[in-house]
Amino acid sequence: MCLGIPGRIVSIDDAGRKLATVDVSGVRRQVNISCIIDDDHPPAACIGDWVLVHVGFAMSRINEAQAAETLKILTELGEAQAEIEAMRKTGTR
Amino acid sequence: MKYADEFRDRDKAQALVREIEGLVAEMAVTPDKPIHIMEVCGGHTHSIFRYGLEGMLPKAIELIHGPGCPVCVLPMGRVDDCVAIAERPNVIFTTFGDAMRVPGSKKSLLQAKAEGADVRMVYSPMDALALARKHPDKDVVFFALGFETTMPSTAFTILEAEADGITNFSVFCNHITIVPTVKAILDSPEIQIDGFLGPGHVSMVIGTAPYDFIARHYRRPMVVAGFEPLDVLQSIWMVLKQLKEGRAEIENQYARIVPDGGNSPALKAVSQVYELREFFEWRGLGSIDHSGVRLREGYARFDAERRFAIPNVTIADPQSCQCGEVLKGVIKPWQCKVFGTACTPEVPLGALMVSSEGACAAHYQYGGARRQGSAA
Ligand code: SF4
Repeated sequence: MCLGIPGRIVSIDDAGRKLATVDVSGVRRQVNISCIIDDDHPPAACIGDWVLVHVGFAMSRINEAQAAETLKILTELGEAQAEIEAMRKTGTR
Repeated sequence: MKYADEFRDRDKAQALVREIEGLVAEMAVTPDKPIHIMEVCGGHTHSIFRYGLEGMLPKAIELIHGPGCPVCVLPMGRVDDCVAIAERPNVIFTTFGDAMRVPGSKKSLLQAKAEGADVRMVYSPMDALALARKHPDKDVVFFALGFETTMPSTAFTILEAEADGITNFSVFCNHITIVPTVKAILDSPEIQIDGFLGPGHVSMVIGTAPYDFIARHYRRPMVVAGFEPLDVLQSIWMVLKQLKEGRAEIENQYARIVPDGGNSPALKAVSQVYELREFFEWRGLGSIDHSGVRLREGYARFDAERRFAIPNVTIADPQSCQCGEVLKGVIKPWQCKVFGTACTPEVPLGALMVSSEGACAAHYQYGGARRQGSAA
């Protein structure tokens, strides 16, 4: 729950409500992007961003290399599968 | 062995361990008077056990596994409250999967579900809100728990429910906050900690400034750490280096994720929606002042505690449970009388056996046999 999982923003679903779709290892789900946008980085600029997703919220922008490394570690920790499973079950758009 | 083999950067890790050994030798500490470093975050606990990091460190360093797993510190009374809400007619009770199996005084949420209560696992509070939209005739309750990492997500969800005028959604708020907890640990005469590994993802939200008192007032170093094995080792090295040089500072090893100022949209939502409780009850640690939050008056209609009469009684942990002593680092998991016998991940007696971030479950899964063997 607290480790989160990296994903990549593939589309903006509703800029007003700050909703976007992320792809996490092939699983897509809607996330809230309130925490990663500001005047310099509006929703439209988020497409393609790698982000750390915690319980359905993009909490932090990360770079691609970090994303890959983090995913590898989460897989080793046995966290990635559980996280992706929970996403798949409950909220794939 | 299961835990260490796949660990890739073994060379780098070993180099760090040698540096750590060097520092320990220069500091002339010995295993009978070890240096105590507490990792505050359950994610670190999990990493430490998963990669067998404790076994790589010199014996003169003792890691104390702190209270940073929100599922593990949830007191029995609160689980009973959840069950009471979930068993009301017309309620859909939603929770993260981790919390389903935490034992209450009579049953867990999982057992309540088996007996017919409508308990559903969600991945996000937004999923709970979606259920409320889908079932306007039901009362949908979200069991909100976690430290500052998950606090903003609940807050944003409540703000969205408010904006949309949703009336059948509420939150049973059990969010807890890290700073008063660290302070309680520092004030406890039972626990002697020389330095801390600070929580990575909590700090991503709150930044590093809230920890300043640890260095300034208590003169203890803290290093905010990532949860990858090299992060943890490097952070331990940074804590030791401070100790050796007589410094006490808040350092940020995890700057790639943790901005010193935290995340401002998240902090704004948090302060808008919550206020501090006077105190909050922790499993094993007792009541800690200002360690929990509740919804502000303006969001009362989204507050399950005000919406439903909940039993809200404090229930002591079973006699045989020693979770409190483990949480405080007074004993090691395997020293608990029921570890691995009456208390296992399949049938947990204490909450530390439930989540993979709990010291007992992590120990049982990855490190138990080895440490037990070497301790015997
Ligand atoms: S073994 Fe079980 S009862 Fe004992 S401290 Fe661990 S979780 Fe608590």
